[in-house]
Amino acid sequence: MIEEQIFYSLIAAIFVGGSTGYLGSLMVTRRMALVGDALGHVALPGIAMALLYNFNVILGALASLFFGILLIWFLHFKTELHTEVLTGIIFAVSLAFAFLILPSEDLETALIGDIAKINTLEFIITVFLSSIIFLIVRYIYSKIVLMTLSEDLAKSKKINVNLNNLIYLLSVGIIIALGIKIVGSLLIGGLVIIPAAASRNLSKNLSQYVFGAVFIGIFSALSGVLLYRATGFSAGPIIILIAAMVFLISFLFKQK
Amino acid sequence: MNSSMNNILEVNNLSVKFRNEKIIDNLSFNLKEKDNLVILGPNGAGKSVLLKTLLGLLPFEGEIKWKKEVRISYVPQKFFPSGEIPLSVEEFFKLKKIEKNEIEKSLRSVGLTDLEIMKKKIGVISTGEFQRAMIAWSLADNPDVLLFDEPTAGIDIGGEETIYNLLMQIEKELNLTMVIVTHELNIIYKFANSVLCLNKKAVCYGTPEEALTPESIGQLYGGKIKFYQHQHD
Repeated sequence: MIEEQIFYSLIAAIFVGGSTGYLGSLMVTRRMALVGDALGHVALPGIAMALLYNFNVILGALASLFFGILLIWFLHFKTELHTEVLTGIIFAVSLAFAFLILPSEDLETALIGDIAKINTLEFIITVFLSSIIFLIVRYIYSKIVLMTLSEDLAKSKKINVNLNNLIYLLSVGIIIALGIKIVGSLLIGGLVIIPAAASRNLSKNLSQYVFGAVFIGIFSALSGVLLYRATGFSAGPIIILIAAMVFLISFLFKQK
Repeated sequence: MNSSMNNILEVNNLSVKFRNEKIIDNLSFNLKEKDNLVILGPNGAGKSVLLKTLLGLLPFEGEIKWKKEVRISYVPQKFFPSGEIPLSVEEFFKLKKIEKNEIEKSLRSVGLTDLEIMKKKIGVISTGEFQRAMIAWSLADNPDVLLFDEPTAGIDIGGEETIYNLLMQIEKELNLTMVIVTHELNIIYKFANSVLCLNKKAVCYGTPEEALTPESIGQLYGGKIKFYQHQHD
């Protein structure tokens, strides 16, 4: 049983660390680094409900994020306000709502994650969804890069900007929901940004950058879980600190 | 002079509104295959909006009729990459799924003969180099038409001339149809078969000799610019 759980948490760490790093590399270039943080909080009402009524936390987070992101996308479409402004508003409302209903003994689980206690169902959901996200991100990557360079240019190449943005945002939502299980809603932003930021320092081109972000994501998540086994410290904070150390070291090898 | 047979583009009674303000008002013009059209006009005249509308990026009233299966390439205004994305020149081309030997060919055709540039990030090469690479990029999938919004915005004066010379050379070699937006008068006689002076409406339209009169230029720029028609042999 214990061995099974070690196996689950290590494999889950690899899948989530890798896909979060991958998608994070897009988010950093799109200047959406803080959106990950904000969405981490948008997931909280769903997590709170899940903990209250005893259903799966990942599903709760997903439902909450799905709803939140659709709302942001829709309002952005309707009002032409910046996604960041809208995210900020939805983020605060979610947080307020979650703190109203979240039992205080469950607070830590929601805020910094509990990869060590991952069960079979969560493991299956995590591996399945991370793989799907990996494939989706691979499919939209070059389109999103072109959109980031110039939306007009992308449109002139017959890229459906709104649709790709929606797919991208939903992928972000799913990754955040999965990541929350590992590092919690307070730290998920770090798991999204830091591997990509470190990789950018080290890379000369896009493929190196993407590879680096995936690799550093996996490395941090994996060593976080291993160190948790060895020391008993919570895995979430350790993962973020390891990623941050890689980031600091990356400055020594910074590429122009 | 107009047989509609070899028109690559026909625009009839085109109007574009933006939040109830008319940006383009009842515009009609044609573009023949292999012709070069320069769209001239002051800032805010609707030139960029016209290009985007022609591309189908903006809602409009009226009619825009491109020749069937025409391939259009577009270079937006002031398109300079930020350093945010660590994208090499080669990878920039690969966003369009262009093969490596095609990339090399395109880069050589715009005078970027040192292929080391393929490995450099698009954010670190010079503006002039980037603009050349961008022209190569837009030509790499063999378009029939090139729409170019202010080719020399943000480039120093020496660089401007190089870019226009390059465009003329490309035009000769590839026999493309080109539509170039600019607010500079000086390139027109060397380059354009037709000119469209735009200030919401068509202020003038025709061959450069027909269209560009002191009156039309005065009307276009509000009479502030002195303009002398070039004499041709």
